[in-house]
Amino acid sequence: MMLMKRREFLKVGAAAGAMSALYGCAGGGKAGGHVVVVGGGYGGATVAKYLRMWSEGSVQVTLIERNPTFISCPISNLVIGGTKTMEDITVSYEGLKSKWGVRVVQDEVLAVDAEKKSISLKAGGAMSYDRLVLSPGIDFMFDQIPGLNNADAQNKILHAWKAGSQTIALRKQLEAMKDGGTYAIAIPKAPYRCPPGPYERACLVANYFKQAKPKSKVVILDANEDVMSKKGLFMKAWADLYKGTLEYRNNSEVKDVDVASNTAILEFDKFKADVLNVIPPHRAGAIAAQSGVKLINNRWVDVNWLSMESTSTPGVHVLGDAIFPAPTMPKSGHMANQHGKLAAAAILNLLGGQAPSDQPLVMNTCYSFVDAKNAVHVSSVHTYDAATKTMQPVKGAGGVSAARNEIEGKVALGWAKNIWADMLT
Amino acid sequence: MKLRTPILALCLMALASVAQAADPNLARNLAATCANCHGTNGNAVKGAGLDSLSGLEKGKILQKIADYKSGDKPASIMHQISKGYTDAQMDMIAGYFAAQK
Repeated sequence: MMLMKRREFLKVGAAAGAMSALYGCAGGGKAGGHVVVVGGGYGGATVAKYLRMWSEGSVQVTLIERNPTFISCPISNLVIGGTKTMEDITVSYEGLKSKWGVRVVQDEVLAVDAEKKSISLKAGGAMSYDRLVLSPGIDFMFDQIPGLNNADAQNKILHAWKAGSQTIALRKQLEAMKDGGTYAIAIPKAPYRCPPGPYERACLVANYFKQAKPKSKVVILDANEDVMSKKGLFMKAWADLYKGTLEYRNNSEVKDVDVASNTAILEFDKFKADVLNVIPPHRAGAIAAQSGVKLINNRWVDVNWLSMESTSTPGVHVLGDAIFPAPTMPKSGHMANQHGKLAAAAILNLLGGQAPSDQPLVMNTCYSFVDAKNAVHVSSVHTYDAATKTMQPVKGAGGVSAARNEIEGKVALGWAKNIWADMLT
Repeated sequence: MKLRTPILALCLMALASVAQAADPNLARNLAATCANCHGTNGNAVKGAGLDSLSGLEKGKILQKIADYKSGDKPASIMHQISKGYTDAQMDMIAGYFAAQK
């Protein structure tokens, strides 16, 4: 029954695609066709909704997502810190289905055949597309930390850098830890997902310890030379709020782990923790490499910034944390949402036989909590620069908070409600 | 297969002519960059503490932005973000939100 429905749906999509190929290119033609979106996070959910909204339903959209619900990475550090619950960061895909007519399929894409414009699914069968959007997020390079390169180790030494079961598991490890214990968080070398996120997490765990386990310590093992985001604001919070509780160590790349003793192995040193939270280096989600799109440094997808289309593979657009970033552009949920809108506009132009806009603009806002109520932000605006063929930050725009404050703590939660609605309802 | 060549030629001609004209969806696309905080088409989530922009008078939106840019109106973040947009872009954005319901 499901298969029949899917086939019927695809027939309609393919017919619409053929129509647009015939008539759309005459200019001003309404976009039609079938777009398959892989990954229902900040980028994928946004492009799916905006394709349906802006095409007024004339473009068919299928969103393939392996999880039954959306769980947000932003705000998940408050779950780890104990002041929010999983329910607070979970949103249903129902709005995308019922309000926007996106066909949401809970499945996993095993392979992309960009020549045939077709994907194959784990549950079986194939699906054809006129344009494909990959928004696969990140996968971890566990091979860079040999001791972590097996399932048992990964269940004990957590990353919690994708929200979901690991978020809950890390919270449980912190709750089970004895007072007087040490929590260590290891940050990989940049670029990584959410530059201020690890420092926010360290703050919120320290905040929890201050209240529930005052003899405990937080140690940040940062592979980078310095704090990568909101440096002055985080260092002030550490000095003012967590002196004696939180310690920051730069140039401390975790090269390996000893799982049995919960020890991080650095180049010249070792660090044993009661709760060891290692965020391994990451790369574009595996489906990106499988699809054959060009990667930079064998890690991140190279895209054309006018359309988010792969520079190597026509018809395949890639969004979010998986792409090779433009100068100073962070890997963030907010930015992935902006990529989704840029891609939706470009795809509709292309399906209607028009060139994408030659002046795209994206912007970023990122709030971090330094305790349960106070937050700080970083913001930036990026516009397309034809000379360098990439997005460049607008000079004089953007910046960080003057100081941590409760108003921005409230705005941060309001931001979350609005962006989740913007992508999902 | 035979059909493809003339269609491709037509498409290329269309693309070439379109490239000269400004994208008619520019205002919509620029306004969408505000939606993360101010809601889809400027309809912010009620009770979430962020301003809805949908249906506001264009002049009022532009005045607010000008005050953020100049520093006349204190802000936590809009003084920084507003400087990332040109006056012409802000004019299009304000016009788009003013036309929304």
